[in-house]
Amino acid sequence: MADDRKTEASAEDENATVRTSRRNFLKFSASGAAAAAVASWIPGQIASAREAEPVTDDALPGQGERRIKLIVNGQEHTLNVPVNAVLLDVLRDRLNLTGTKKGCDLGQCGACTLLVNDVAINSCLSLAVQHEGEKITTLEGLARDGELHPVQQAFLEEDAYQCGYCTPGQIMSAVALLNDPNLPKDDASVREAMSGNICRCAAYKNILAAVQSARSRMGGLA
Amino acid sequence: MRTFDYARAETTGQAVSSADNSAFLAGGTNLLDLVKIDIMRPDTVVDINRLPLKTIERMPDGRLKIGALVSNTTLAHDPIVRSDYAVLSEALLSGASTQLRNKATTAGNLMQRVRCPYFRDGVSACNKRDPGSGCSAIGGFNRSVHAVLGTSDKCIASHPSDMCVAMAAIGAGIVVSGPEGERTIDFLDFHLLPGDSPEQEHALKPNELITHVILDAPIRGNRSHYLKLRDRASYQFALASSGVIVATSGGVVQDARIALGGVGTKPWRASRAEQSLRGKAPTQANFEEAARIAFEDAKAYKHNAFKIPLGQQAIVRSLTTVIA
Repeated sequence: MADDRKTEASAEDENATVRTSRRNFLKFSASGAAAAAVASWIPGQIASAREAEPVTDDALPGQGERRIKLIVNGQEHTLNVPVNAVLLDVLRDRLNLTGTKKGCDLGQCGACTLLVNDVAINSCLSLAVQHEGEKITTLEGLARDGELHPVQQAFLEEDAYQCGYCTPGQIMSAVALLNDPNLPKDDASVREAMSGNICRCAAYKNILAAVQSARSRMGGLA
Repeated sequence: MRTFDYARAETTGQAVSSADNSAFLAGGTNLLDLVKIDIMRPDTVVDINRLPLKTIERMPDGRLKIGALVSNTTLAHDPIVRSDYAVLSEALLSGASTQLRNKATTAGNLMQRVRCPYFRDGVSACNKRDPGSGCSAIGGFNRSVHAVLGTSDKCIASHPSDMCVAMAAIGAGIVVSGPEGERTIDFLDFHLLPGDSPEQEHALKPNELITHVILDAPIRGNRSHYLKLRDRASYQFALASSGVIVATSGGVVQDARIALGGVGTKPWRASRAEQSLRGKAPTQANFEEAARIAFEDAKAYKHNAFKIPLGQQAIVRSLTTVIA
């Protein structure tokens, strides 16, 4: 990534468009329209507006379904879901919240990490019906008023990714650990606490730097 | 994932009167992955997360009563557990990942299934998954998650839990509720050796639900420690682990508890090794003798013979650490 950055800097004029769209992609993934933002032909505000609307199923639940209220990023949705529907899939497929990634789907990689009642969990190992009425926070719920969360900002500045696929899970784990009073602040403890998030590109060094940089940014909180 | 019926239990009574072939859903970290890969096939999943089993309380007699739904994270950071049962806190924090510990529960950890790849692949011969089909691990690849203690010619999978190793050392009762009422199972009788029926992994009867684990009162003046040895520094099952509790007085060992993980087909209490230390000085030579005794009956397979010296060294090292 260091090489990439050099290339970008030295060829700034020619690559201005490409660079902008990459930055926009990162901002949009943070603010809630990851998949939509890849295609620049969907204006950001439309994608964001769509995501903020509550989803309500009017029909009665079908056979094998259950009607549940899911509170995601402060928005309440009323959905009919199959009882075996996994939280991760409901967020991605029903609510279009594709910031939470599906990696191994077996609780081994951490790509699907999100917060339930402020606690980090693997959303691939939860049924949606288990989380009725609980406070669910996904990557899309971190930014406030167009400002990135300090952890998102730190990942951006420390270049804490290559392909970016594990990044949402890494960020959610980082947010949880920085708010956990039980966890020591040294590098080894951060590595241990983040070990449930696998990065196939092995950006671990920069991820650690981003977490510690976000800790300073968050000041008293962390 | 295959389909199933879903029921939410509001009371323990409802939970234990579930239909046949039900599975209780607590954290789901080991149930849902096994349903996804089609190894577990419940007709009904009974969600027990609304049951009031989430507290940890000290009993008047000094024992510690832990609700079945207390998460591994909460238990590890509980102030009483940290101070009086350090071995348990350390064992819990050495297991799995942060996210999994946040979800995984005390009872679910007791019930977790083996990590043998032949059990999980769904096709190989495996007496645990498909009784009578044979054991692909004996004669197959059996390095990391296969045992040297308590094996049989039907199954050699090691028990995966760290928490259970600490509880085996501490001593505990497992309180269960069933259609016929409540009973307590001694911790050491809960997990079964594979013997001729490796598909029977625990002492629960059909529809019985674990409601609490009650830890024995802490040994006065004890020091304890959990040492886990594995292929990488974090987020990996034990190759060998040792949970020890020692109380010394007047230069001799008054009480010693040694339990082992990664090397046994169940959480392994090394009672004879403990006995050899009582009344003796806590020296390197006596620790090595205890370690030798702990693995006297060990049987190595093609790729895991290294676990015998590794497990012995884990015992010596963990004892040395608590005595230091």
